[in-house]
Amino acid sequence: MSDMQDYKSSLSDSGSRKFETFSYLPPMDPEKIRRQVEYIVSRGWNPAIEHTEPENAFDHYWYMWKLPMFGETDVDAILAEAEACHKAHPNNHVRLVGYDNFRQTQGTAMVIYRGPSV
Amino acid sequence: MAVKTYNAGVKEYRETYWDPNYTPADTDLLAVFKITPQPGVPREEAAAAVAAESSTGTWTTVWTDLLTDLDYYKGRAYRIEDVPGQDEQFYAFIAYPIDLFEEGSVVNVFTSLVGNVFGFKAVRGLRLEDVRFPLAYVMTCGGPPHGIQVERDIMNKYGRPLLGCTIKPKLGLSAKNYGRAVYECLRGGLDFTKDDENVNSQPFMRWRQRFDFVMEAIEKAEAETGERKGHYLNVTAPTPEEMYKRAEYAKEIGAPIIMHDFITGGFCANTGLANWCRNNGMLLHIHRAMHAVMDRNPNHGIHFRVFTKMLRLSGGDHLHTGTVVGKLEGDRQATLGWIDLLRERSIKEDRSRGIFFDQEWGAMPGVFAVASGGIHVWHMPALLSIFGDDAVFQFGGGTLGHPWGNAAGAAANRVALEACVEARNEGRQLEKEGKEILTEAAKSSPELKAAMETWKEIKFEFDTVDKLDVAHR
Repeated sequence: MSDMQDYKSSLSDSGSRKFETFSYLPPMDPEKIRRQVEYIVSRGWNPAIEHTEPENAFDHYWYMWKLPMFGETDVDAILAEAEACHKAHPNNHVRLVGYDNFRQTQGTAMVIYRGPSV
Repeated sequence: MAVKTYNAGVKEYRETYWDPNYTPADTDLLAVFKITPQPGVPREEAAAAVAAESSTGTWTTVWTDLLTDLDYYKGRAYRIEDVPGQDEQFYAFIAYPIDLFEEGSVVNVFTSLVGNVFGFKAVRGLRLEDVRFPLAYVMTCGGPPHGIQVERDIMNKYGRPLLGCTIKPKLGLSAKNYGRAVYECLRGGLDFTKDDENVNSQPFMRWRQRFDFVMEAIEKAEAETGERKGHYLNVTAPTPEEMYKRAEYAKEIGAPIIMHDFITGGFCANTGLANWCRNNGMLLHIHRAMHAVMDRNPNHGIHFRVFTKMLRLSGGDHLHTGTVVGKLEGDRQATLGWIDLLRERSIKEDRSRGIFFDQEWGAMPGVFAVASGGIHVWHMPALLSIFGDDAVFQFGGGTLGHPWGNAAGAAANRVALEACVEARNEGRQLEKEGKEILTEAAKSSPELKAAMETWKEIKFEFDTVDKLDVAHR
């Protein structure tokens, strides 16, 4: 039993809260975030930025940061919007979305700036 | 117009049902059978016999044939092809006019196509390989209650496959202990857990207590992780009345998804339940117990790709498809073929994947492919590469068998999945670099590291029994 680890997760430990895709991996560094933006652009999806207070993260609707960047393929421009959103709301989760308008769904969605756990 | 007269007696089928000059109409339902005729029966006669017996014909002429326009209603064998690598067998292509089938009834289609004809003496073996459902017929069927996109929106899961786990042991747990196993899996990072197919409402665990304890597990895991969770509550029951009673209760307690076994439960029950799910906002997971009885023998029965089409028409949001890499049968190319048939809007004929016809689904939603059975973290790179995002990977033993328990097993699978998705998005080759990707991810996940040490050596390397027909000469 000594080798066995306890699984640390509880209602009272706010660090247990996750936020879907990639939230079980360590936070992404700027280079990793850039590659995910490149993936969204390469798939022809429309990038978008959303954010929320961590305590409201379970809601379907987060706050849109401006409008989705329809047709934007400049990775630096997309990263700049994500960073601007993060600077304006440093305590919020910031989510990168790739809208797939052909399949009428989000091709992907991931939190790229994590707010403090609550 | 030529007047027909009545001549009693037995005619050769091919006089009426073999029509090589026929061009199928867009509205025809097309079927291809692999036929092994009895010795001495000509190919055209065997093909025509199958066309006749699966449509308007019977063994002798009857006077009432002349009261209708059989040339309009009959099925026609219109093409014969060699089966690669088989001298005895051949493919017969048959066209059926759409009027032969009741709208929206996969029950009726199956009763015609795979009815009496499968016991017919003139053929030694008969296998329904593929069916082209005309779009005009597809549009009469309800199809999946919600489909892939709507389920993603409801469950808030994007950009990755979903993760599930079938609770084990299959039978014998009390409802409260069962709910414990569910809770541990969900809090560890799975999206779904699943009732085993034979968990219905046995004396050791009646359905109502199971539903209650499982729902508490779901709610607590959601509050703890902040993510949306579900458990496939199996409502497969002895009678439709009982099935609907269980489905209604699942809805009442707020469960997001229920489950049905579409072959043992039956197509009639399944289609009704799918309609109920659409009307009640309930996702529907479909298991396929008994399929291998009919689809495994390459010489007789029904190919699984036909069952996938039948299920998409009858209705379900998930369907088990085999894993390619796990403990259950499934040729890779053939599996890629039928998961396309489940998920895509328009599928082209592709013999290398066993697809004999173009198939259009129009606006009918797609179905999640479910890969389940004998898989563990080491299979993750291959699974993601084969199935892509619109799939549910279900690790039963591969979650519950973790040396530290279900939650750790679930976390290991979730970390492995996310690491593979991240790597794929970065353009890395999953099946080539799988080991490095997982090893890297395990550095920040002791749960994954322990899982990789536990299952490293397990492999399933039996040859596939039902292979695609290819020339081996």
